Amino acid sequence: MQSRDWLQLLLYVAILAAITKPIGLYLVQVLDAKGRTWLDPIVSPLERLTYRILGIDPTQGQTWREYTRGMLLLSVVSCLFTYALLRLQHLLPLNPQGLGPLSPDLAFNTAVSFTTNTNWQSYGGEGTMSYLSQMLALSLHNFTSAAVGIGIAAALVRGISQHANPRLGNFWVDLVRTTYYLLLPACTLFALVLVSQGMIQNFAPYTKARLIEPMTVQVEKKNDKGETLLGTDGKPLLEAQTITEQVIAQGPMASQVAIKMLGTNGGGYANANAAHPYENPTPLSNFLQMLSIFAIGSGLTYYLGRTTGNQAHGWSVWAAMMALFVAGAVVCWGAEAGGTPGTQAMGLASADGNMEGKEVRFGIFNSALFATSTTAASCGAVNAMHDSFTPLGGLVPLFNIELGEVVVGGVGAGLYGMLVFVILAVFIAGLMVGRTPEYLGKKIGAYEVKMSMLALLILTLSILGFTAWAAASPWGIAGLNNPGPHGLSEMLYAFSSATGNNGSAFAGLTTNTPWYNVTLGIAMLVGRFLMIVPIMAIAGSLAMKRLAPASAGTFPVSGGTFILLLIGTVVLIGALNFLPALALGPVVEHFLAGQGRLY
Amino acid sequence: MKTLLIELRRAATATLILSLVCCGLYPLLVWGVAQAAFPAAANGSLIRDPDGAVRGSTLLAQGFSAPGYFHPRPSAAGASGYDATSSGGSNLGPTSQKLADAIRDRVAAYRAENGLKPSDPVPADAVTASGSGLDPHISPRNAALQAPRVAAARRLPLKELERLIQRHTHAPDLGLLGDPSVNLMTLNRALDSAPAR
Repeated sequence: MQSRDWLQLLLYVAILAAITKPIGLYLVQVLDAKGRTWLDPIVSPLERLTYRILGIDPTQGQTWREYTRGMLLLSVVSCLFTYALLRLQHLLPLNPQGLGPLSPDLAFNTAVSFTTNTNWQSYGGEGTMSYLSQMLALSLHNFTSAAVGIGIAAALVRGISQHANPRLGNFWVDLVRTTYYLLLPACTLFALVLVSQGMIQNFAPYTKARLIEPMTVQVEKKNDKGETLLGTDGKPLLEAQTITEQVIAQGPMASQVAIKMLGTNGGGYANANAAHPYENPTPLSNFLQMLSIFAIGSGLTYYLGRTTGNQAHGWSVWAAMMALFVAGAVVCWGAEAGGTPGTQAMGLASADGNMEGKEVRFGIFNSALFATSTTAASCGAVNAMHDSFTPLGGLVPLFNIELGEVVVGGVGAGLYGMLVFVILAVFIAGLMVGRTPEYLGKKIGAYEVKMSMLALLILTLSILGFTAWAAASPWGIAGLNNPGPHGLSEMLYAFSSATGNNGSAFAGLTTNTPWYNVTLGIAMLVGRFLMIVPIMAIAGSLAMKRLAPASAGTFPVSGGTFILLLIGTVVLIGALNFLPALALGPVVEHFLAGQGRLY
Repeated sequence: MKTLLIELRRAATATLILSLVCCGLYPLLVWGVAQAAFPAAANGSLIRDPDGAVRGSTLLAQGFSAPGYFHPRPSAAGASGYDATSSGGSNLGPTSQKLADAIRDRVAAYRAENGLKPSDPVPADAVTASGSGLDPHISPRNAALQAPRVAAARRLPLKELERLIQRHTHAPDLGLLGDPSVNLMTLNRALDSAPAR
């Protein structure tokens, strides 16, 4: 844990603090149908044209039910669109490698995964997806699912800030304005910066390179029918083979990676995601990608403060998020820097830490920081393989996801997730002092608390229920890459990631099987939509309430007490729900690894 | 019911419009500017012979094993390693017997190749698989430990090799970001073009 790394951490948090206000102010304009931005001269003609084609009156607000219906219909239609594109990949253009269609279960899993902003990768990226599939079938959702998340967050904030008015804004307007004024311009700029660092953006077929030094490898010997030949000891026979060529995957990567990061989608262009040198070429590109994960989510807390007229509340929510984030990052970093006792006994330099699955250009610190931010947000891009992290280093990303990804969180999803915890925090505070809980002048009733609990419990049920099912089923065990307690962690991580719409993985788990593809797909749908609908119901209910004047007994939603109470609520609920499962996975593995137990 | 149908048509139309703008205009715009402004990077930072033949990429490791080349980190990409169409790591965890066995073998091989004593610590990056399986970098200490072997095989003075390593070392960006790393692809390429003695 070098001083340079501490400075990097400080710089990271300082830059986030500095961009929160400008991004927040920009969001205020974007999320207002009458807002003004400096992009108006270029973008507003396109915006008006889009409204005309869609037949929308941008001044027409929608109730929470109408807003939710539009969101659900767009999700269903675009999900089917992607499913069809993936199934028909072999017949469609921009497929220079002649890649075949995806199987029905893989296409279902992938279409759902991108629709729900999860971007789980049961597929292999460069080995599975044609350029058209990457650019259209997948990237479309990178934009729309991000815009939907931001829209839902905005609708909830509007519900909190207005009174006796059922209209929460217009879904289609939020979708179009967020995409046109925020995501597209930011991504264009970001993509070009990434290319300058070495990221690819082309439509060329995969390049064939003649190796500088031919490579001799031992491969399994096969007969004419392609069956592996076994020796007398039952093991496969090996034969030496000389490889003289490296085939290099190409494609329109930068345009997709920019939205993948800014939209906290996280689905990698390449199988290795942001660990791939093309997908994350330099420490600078890595730092910018880490910033982009939090940029919009961080700005949304300022939007919350500005819209509700209580800027201190916005900053308090931000502070609670950052405290949780830094704590997680330091624990993960410490665990990875410490390495594993086993490898040090074998003669590895102890100062090097745990480098399995990590890239030299990022080193321990940037791998740990990336892992923490990608799971604190619902991004799910990875620049190192979480499966190979030390037990406690891997526990941090896992626990981050299980907390509900409310530490800054996914674009929009993080804020509306955190606001559910805010409602619970003021409810708990209300119970403690024996008053009806209030939040920004609105009385919080049984309905809001019930809906909040529904949104949280549904996540827990999906994560623990599916993991238990997989752990007790042959189809679940069949996918494991690591036996022992680490195997349970692999399954727990998979269903946490799917339900939390994160998309990162303990990637050794083989999930491209019909059982995993379908169960993970269902977990993603549950985690996205059974969370959004109760939250929109809360927004609708709060919007109709009258303002109650603040009194001496009102619990303030800013300042140290509130921040601590909010952190406490998040950690307590997460710990109560998941500590038993975590104890059987990473925690027990930590103690066994210390004793040198191997599986 | 009527509004439902109107909204359904809206959803379909929005899908098409956004496809056109976000998945057509946007990637083409990025492509056009990237190809004009950063053609080498946008096409994969390829290494070419003078006659134009592609020999690899400065960003993607190849599986060097001759004593006269610096060796990359172990690779779990594809069945035989360093497969640039199948990136990925081993995904083996800290309590994996398979990983422990592999590391033990690699440590022994690394010490034997580079003439290290059995008690000498080995750089972690030299014996662990990277996340992508294509990591083109090795740590400066890993390069320094391999330098005597390469120097002997190439009959180059060690001092000259150390200068060469220095030249292919990427310092932390802005003096702060990331760890120093030695690009093995450009370094090995430079070795081949260095004058033989």
